[in-house]
Amino acid sequence: MAGIEIGNYMLDGSIAGAGPPLLFLHGGDYVAQNARFLDILARHWQVTAPRHPGFGHSRRPDGFRTVHDLAYLYLDWLDAQRDGAVVVGSSFGGWVALEIAVRSVAKINTLVLIDSLGVKFGGREERDIVDIYALPEDEVRRLTFCDPARFVPDYSTLSDDEAMAIACDRQATALYGWRPYMHDPGLKQWLHRVRVPALLLWGENDGIVTPAYGERLCGTLPNAKFRRIPQAGHYPQIECPDAVADAVQQFAATEVRR
Amino acid sequence: MKVWHFSEMAYYPAWPHLKDSYRVVIPSRLFDPKLGADLYHRYLDEWALCDALGINIMTNEHHATATCADSVCTIPMAILARETKKVRLLALGMPIGNRNDPIRVAEEYSIIDVISRGRLEMGFVKGVPFEIAPANTNPAELSERFWEAHDLILKAMTTHDGPFSWEGTHFQYRSVNVWPRPYQQPHPPVWTPVGSTGSATEAAARGMVIGVLNTGWVRTPAIFEAYRTKAREVGRDPTPDRLAYMALIGVGQSREEGRRRADQILDYSRTSGIVAPQFANPPGYVAPQAAAQMLKSGGAMAARATRVQTKDGRPINPRTMSVDDAIDAGLCFAGTPDDVFDQLMAFFHHVGGFGHLLMMGQGGLISHEDTVANLTLFSKEVLPRIAELGLR
Repeated sequence: MAGIEIGNYMLDGSIAGAGPPLLFLHGGDYVAQNARFLDILARHWQVTAPRHPGFGHSRRPDGFRTVHDLAYLYLDWLDAQRDGAVVVGSSFGGWVALEIAVRSVAKINTLVLIDSLGVKFGGREERDIVDIYALPEDEVRRLTFCDPARFVPDYSTLSDDEAMAIACDRQATALYGWRPYMHDPGLKQWLHRVRVPALLLWGENDGIVTPAYGERLCGTLPNAKFRRIPQAGHYPQIECPDAVADAVQQFAATEVRR
Repeated sequence: MKVWHFSEMAYYPAWPHLKDSYRVVIPSRLFDPKLGADLYHRYLDEWALCDALGINIMTNEHHATATCADSVCTIPMAILARETKKVRLLALGMPIGNRNDPIRVAEEYSIIDVISRGRLEMGFVKGVPFEIAPANTNPAELSERFWEAHDLILKAMTTHDGPFSWEGTHFQYRSVNVWPRPYQQPHPPVWTPVGSTGSATEAAARGMVIGVLNTGWVRTPAIFEAYRTKAREVGRDPTPDRLAYMALIGVGQSREEGRRRADQILDYSRTSGIVAPQFANPPGYVAPQAAAQMLKSGGAMAARATRVQTKDGRPINPRTMSVDDAIDAGLCFAGTPDDVFDQLMAFFHHVGGFGHLLMMGQGGLISHEDTVANLTLFSKEVLPRIAELGLR
């Protein structure tokens, strides 16, 4: 495995491309399917894409139990970037990115959130984020992808190693996100601290967290733009990698941090 | 050998209205409280009868399901602690990894032990995967929570010098001071259900009694052997009273009558696994190695469907199995008292002996009259012949 070293921790993942640094924080599932998107980004950036601790083949240190632990880990990585970095977070990784940003944006040049989780807006009897653990698998796939048949793998053909990585992804997602479900109740009150240009990209057909949720999140951030990606669900960078990579590229190139 | 009568207190009147799931998502409007009251009293009467029959009592609990209306195992136990005078009371048991307050568990168990004058046997269970959704506990932490709760409960029940503090990973208490302390010293016997060699090993290391449920002819020997091996390794004597096996039992004056009763009880096995697949394997409930294999082989439901096998290794579908299938798989002993004795003896020797028979004497649609006849005949004709078994 390619290793990404952060302080005392070694993570599975990839570092590819040349250019200014970009950190990609993956979502809870379909991690391998990000490869095409990461390849495109690597034309312009040095893309660091770690597998979060507990996911894939990255070991979870005993003390890592919450998204806050992931946030501090990646803050350590950001601290080591002399001129800062672009941070891109998808789904669960978007939640991690927000937890990082409310703590410090000192080393975040621009922030890109793709169909991010992590914030609770509605009341105690309203669901902002679809409960993927309570719905039939087929329905979750339809809510996740515009065209599930193209992106959901045939699990029976996976190697033991690949299947193991996915099993660990799902276990770790549950560990960090089971309760409160995929959000941090304290996060919303600190979102004003995300004082950095932010781009929110949202799959037009996302059934897990709808574009309306994304617009609400955008309105809560001090310096954010919102853009829908047509023909895409919860993981637009998997379904439309070129369009999402273009949007990241344009935004990062034109936004100058105030 | 000690025999224990077990019933899940099924609310079977709802069953005709259920299809793809008997658990988690079914609306409680399907529970008629008047019918429910009659059923609770009926099941309690059957357990109370056991006091005269010399059959011990076992309760359990499940949540949000019509297959088991006993959602708090200590409630019928509390009633029976006073209604009975002689037999022992096993709760197998309390899902301590799913309950928020282990101290409350220690209190419930201690009170029952005192009221029953020391007849409680206390079970701690991890719980089947579909208990995760009703409890909303983190499946990836269940095992850790279970063992921390286990340690805390035992310390709480055995500490008699005033409060202690507990600042654990999952539970924090400033002042643990359980009243009453239990009747049995240092504490009532501890049981846990196991379904694999791995969990048998964990239980053996701690000297717990294991209850092996629904593992049958093919899987049980290795589980008992893993227990014995680990027990010896840690210097404990693996006496037969550490091992329990659950079977569905239908006994009758004629073979036909006993098999008819077993067939009705078997509706427990035919319904209890019917659950919407998304609740059958929450992520983290099983180790990643096992989850990876399930992912490749079509999911948890497919894995569950091949778990039960006949003696010659033929997988049988729990939802449709016949009495013959169930007898062949070692899940059921049925027929005349002689038939039941012979089947039980064959199983007993096949698995290397055990000291407790957990007898599902009621289940599914079997009537009260048949249940009483089933338990009474078993007590009269089978119990005396197996009393000396497994005592060594």
